[in-house]
Amino acid sequence: MSTVFIALQANEQTRPIIEAIVLDNPHAIVNQEPAMVKIDAEGTLVIRQQTVEELMGRAFELQELHVNLISLSGNVDETDETLTLCWNA
Amino acid sequence: MDAKVNRKKLGLKEKYKLLTRDLGWEPSYHAKEKIFPYATYEGIKIHDWDKWEDPFRLTMDSYWKYQAEKERKFYAIIDAHAQNNGHLNLTDARYLSALKIFLQAISPGEYAASKGFARVGREFPGVGTQVACQMQAIDEIRHAQTQIHAMSNYNRFYNGFHAFAQQRDRIWYTSVARSFFDDAMSAGPFEFMIAIGFSFEYVLTNLLFVPFMSGAAYNGDMATVTFGFSAQSDEARHMTLGLECIKFMLEQDPANLPIIQSWIDKWFWRGFRLLGLVGTMMDYMLPKRVMSWREAWDIYGVANGTALFKDLARYGIRPPKSWDDAEAGIDHMSHQFMLGFYQWSFGTCFHSWIPSDEDMAWLAEKYPKSFNQYYLPRWQHIKKLAEAGTPFKNFGVAKLCQTCQLPTVFTEPDEASLLCHREGDYKGEKYHYCSDHCKEIFDNEPEKYIQSWLPLPQLFQAPNFGDIGAWMAWVDLKDGIDNGDYVGSQDEANFQAWRGLATSNSNAQAQGEQ
Amino acid sequence: MAVVAMKPYVGVPRDVVANFNGMQLVYASWDHHLLFASSLMMCLPPQMKFREFVEGPLTVLLQPDPDAGKIEWNKVQWLKSDQAFTPDFEASLKDNGIVHKALLRFKTPGLNSLLKQGA
Repeated sequence: MSTVFIALQANEQTRPIIEAIVLDNPHAIVNQEPAMVKIDAEGTLVIRQQTVEELMGRAFELQELHVNLISLSGNVDETDETLTLCWNA
Repeated sequence: MDAKVNRKKLGLKEKYKLLTRDLGWEPSYHAKEKIFPYATYEGIKIHDWDKWEDPFRLTMDSYWKYQAEKERKFYAIIDAHAQNNGHLNLTDARYLSALKIFLQAISPGEYAASKGFARVGREFPGVGTQVACQMQAIDEIRHAQTQIHAMSNYNRFYNGFHAFAQQRDRIWYTSVARSFFDDAMSAGPFEFMIAIGFSFEYVLTNLLFVPFMSGAAYNGDMATVTFGFSAQSDEARHMTLGLECIKFMLEQDPANLPIIQSWIDKWFWRGFRLLGLVGTMMDYMLPKRVMSWREAWDIYGVANGTALFKDLARYGIRPPKSWDDAEAGIDHMSHQFMLGFYQWSFGTCFHSWIPSDEDMAWLAEKYPKSFNQYYLPRWQHIKKLAEAGTPFKNFGVAKLCQTCQLPTVFTEPDEASLLCHREGDYKGEKYHYCSDHCKEIFDNEPEKYIQSWLPLPQLFQAPNFGDIGAWMAWVDLKDGIDNGDYVGSQDEANFQAWRGLATSNSNAQAQGEQ
Repeated sequence: MAVVAMKPYVGVPRDVVANFNGMQLVYASWDHHLLFASSLMMCLPPQMKFREFVEGPLTVLLQPDPDAGKIEWNKVQWLKSDQAFTPDFEASLKDNGIVHKALLRFKTPGLNSLLKQGA
């Protein structure tokens, strides 16, 4: 199974997002790199709006991710509630 | 905040539909082919443009909102950088050579990409595609502007930043990036998407931005980290657009497969050649290094590329033909480029230098298969020449590849001690290439590439006719100031002096400000 | 197809010999001597004798290589466009069939100071 990843800027806004990713994706591996955090996950990785909102303590639209996003890999599927990265092979 | 309006909020999918599809219309008094005349000549068949979907479903209203936020973040940091003598926080002013190359070669490429996306946004008949291309055209011009703006803070204090706009068209090494974008922009809209949107953005851009920006962070360059991350936040969308576009084209008609495969073969190699310059920045130009070019390639090239092409295999796509030769070149290219830059440094608008013993030990550790065997003896000899007061300058200027326009510095894929020579004849003229792949690209469209403006053969034609002094004036390169070895340069002297002033009680304001 | 285009399309080459004021480009490359990062480009009159070319511009450019003084030019093996080639040192470049943008490679077996042995 191939690995997908998402890389986010390391800052106060992304801290709860990263925590949420870790909670929702137990198989994910978090790599702290200079000024950024790269999260690798085998097969798929899901970001859930609800988890992020709980950790952030405010309303959060998934598209806010764009502000602090550095890079990603995999096919993207976005709905109001989730953003999913996956490889089909 | 705007006053709250009591209205049901639209879902993402519904909003995307309203703000893309519903903006389109069927022409009533003009034929569609007349409105979109470039949509078919490349041979790509599209049956239903509505099948196109932006996976992020970003609409123009949200786009402006998030882009504005990115700009606010960017300028807050750029202001802080300027107000706090941010340039003195660099690990070393050697680092600036990487930025000078970036400004001269890459930032004008962002501007070219903007023009390209503005054009294909007009030429594609699908509304979803038009909107996505419009956003990307605006992104790319933002990247060019924020990069130039961020680096203008260095231009106040250091040499070599002053003439990037002119040098983009005139100095020799920038033609590599320029020809890459010119090649894409003079192709049809579908090839442009595969060239820039897929091969460059999806397959290769991580190698440009991610390790490079981490390198900037490591080396105290807050300005570059900021423009890099601000640009990169758009790249994720561009990459997704590139991937979406290729899947869409492949799903529309099986006849599209061979055309797309040939573009992937071509543009992977074109991009790979161009990004080799980044390898040199990473391995040689960062005073404090994050990872080697080889390590970056293993993470972002091999791991990611393998996953991608495995995924696309269901459409019949295979990895680019040149993949194995690219892999073979990884352990050599950064050394080959830096040796070239050093010996031709009389003609570069940035400084190069001989790596220190410590640097060479690091390179040997990172490149166990190549450095000590092939490159260390050369650097040691070059060091000996410099110590003897006869620094190595190679006035036999380089043979350039007709396709990628790089100096032909590469060795045979299976023999690292022999330069790779490829030549061909077309309509009675001789042409040279750096590799089998660049020759094949030429051979597929010779009428295009015979027009290449190769800066070194041009040096001997009008208007400079081989006069190096006249050429330097023409490219706005000040001999002894902008070029040559970093050791002994004005940049080196100023950085040391200013940093000394900044950490003592004498007048800390930069005195040599230009 | 010579180019993918909507109508017949003919390009104009940029580096034809007519643009060089009576001169021509010659490339030279010394096999297995990579101190020189790429082939050496020279802009020369076609009437120049091969001997003048070797003893003049070529010798000057090769000087930084530690093997440069050891080349025995009468023993050098030449390639022109990848074909074995025996130059006439007293004839001109033109009469030696060295056309504009020709690449001359030469080999000097046994000389390889900057290559580690046992490669």
